[in-house]
Amino acid sequence: MKRDILAAVADGAMTTHPSRPAGRGSKRRRDTLEFGVKLLFLLCGCVAVGCVLFICIYLIVAGLPAVLEIGITDFLFGTEWAGKQGQFGILPFILTSVAGTAGAVLVGVPVGILTAMFLAKVAPPKAARVIRTAVELLAGIPSIVYGLVGMIVLVPAIQRTFQLASGATLLAAIVVLAVMILPSIINVAETALQAVPREYEEASLALGATHIETIFRISLPAARSGVATAVVLGVGRAIGEAMAIIMVSGNVPNMPESLFAPVRFLTTAIASEMSYAAVGSLWQQALYSVGLVLFLFIMIINVILNVCIKNRKEG
Amino acid sequence: MENTILSARQLNLYYGENHALKDICIQIPEHQITALIGPSGCGKSTFLRTINRMNDLIPGVKIDGSLFYRGEDIYAPGQDVTDLRRRIGMVFQKPNPFPMSIYDNVAYGPRTHGIRSKVKLDELVEESLRGAAIWDEVKDRLKKSAMGLSGGQQQRLCIARALAVKPDVLLMDESTSALDPISTSKIEDLAADLKKDYTIIMVTHNMQQAARISDKTAFFLLGELIEYGDTEQMFSMPQNKKTEDYITGRFG
Repeated sequence: MKRDILAAVADGAMTTHPSRPAGRGSKRRRDTLEFGVKLLFLLCGCVAVGCVLFICIYLIVAGLPAVLEIGITDFLFGTEWAGKQGQFGILPFILTSVAGTAGAVLVGVPVGILTAMFLAKVAPPKAARVIRTAVELLAGIPSIVYGLVGMIVLVPAIQRTFQLASGATLLAAIVVLAVMILPSIINVAETALQAVPREYEEASLALGATHIETIFRISLPAARSGVATAVVLGVGRAIGEAMAIIMVSGNVPNMPESLFAPVRFLTTAIASEMSYAAVGSLWQQALYSVGLVLFLFIMIINVILNVCIKNRKEG
Repeated sequence: MENTILSARQLNLYYGENHALKDICIQIPEHQITALIGPSGCGKSTFLRTINRMNDLIPGVKIDGSLFYRGEDIYAPGQDVTDLRRRIGMVFQKPNPFPMSIYDNVAYGPRTHGIRSKVKLDELVEESLRGAAIWDEVKDRLKKSAMGLSGGQQQRLCIARALAVKPDVLLMDESTSALDPISTSKIEDLAADLKKDYTIIMVTHNMQQAARISDKTAFFLLGELIEYGDTEQMFSMPQNKKTEDYITGRFG
């Protein structure tokens, strides 16, 4: 379609101004084309904005009625969830999502940042290439595959190690999430560490600091806003994940009282119950409300992320 | 007769295939300013960086010959490089304060070497900043970021940072080339003042600077040390035709 327009314009130019170079057209035609293409860009840009607005509005419209009907306190702080019996307290989901994400961050962030430091500052180029390729592959693995492997390897292992009735627990979900957030943390943190000016590190070495002291005391602090961005990205990834953890977390709406409790996350609550709830029922509407809560979490994380990125530009 | 603090004998350095320093023999005296001059790529900065082993950071560097600092072989296998770098401080071409407060910049070195006491650190920071003639300008904003200082102030801060680990020798790698004339003259005055306590070896592109403040001058060309002697003598009666051509601006 666009190519046709260009060809037509070019043909026009050829017939009216044979002396001009082909494909440029008269000034007015060119201006029209420029304007048209700019408009096309703008429309494409609007698609993204439109989608976000639509989702935002839809979630509020769909999610708010149930919250109002149940009562905001009962909904957010109720500890019992039983869709069929009409009990809609989502505190177990909220706390599970928070605990699962926190656990994944606690495990994934140190490993991710240390890997990034190794890649950016210590690793011999060959080793770095191998590790980077592995990290990229890790990022490309579909989340359902993480879930599958978690289910057939991790869950039985946890069950055996800790002598549990079932290994499908919060712990299993944390481990899977921790691995899943590694690639984004490593990539972003490594980029930030690479961007630390060589002069800082040289100055530190010239003062008699060792290589490792320099990395921890100069490179890492200098890259801190980038590293913070990496952490927030990891948090965002972890809190939004559903498929991988639905298969390893036991999917029972328990309070996350211990690492060995089978639990249900905000995401997995929606995924596992949506097809059972009757259309138009309060149950279904409550699940929309869960989606709204999840959306709010993601929005908060995005705001934090933007602050991080802004600091990074200024720092 | 002055004491020699650094002496190189048949020092050769290769960057891979590139023979960057050729049979350098030089004896650098204590408590004086020695200027290393020469056109870009002549090896003067490379030589400077062999002294505190900063060249170690570049892959593919090979060095032979000997380089002695107070009778100690800098390239001996058991050399403690971090301690060597503490004793032989360096100020770089571009001011490179760390992105932290003025105080923390100066305290970085002492902290690295294990000084934790607040009182001791306060003392060292003040002493070093005074030593670098910048105390009066920054004493009221020690906790502010060093990035807010002017280029000339940043460079004096970097000198203070280097002084804070109590070095013996100070290497200055074109440390005024990124600065305006007023800041440059402040650093030159400072260098002249510092030579009482430190030995200064400076690389400079600025012939007048070498003539103004150095006691000894070494002229490098294409990796060779062409001429080395008292600055006065070098600038009035160079022994070598190439030195004369360079100093008088016929090339370089």
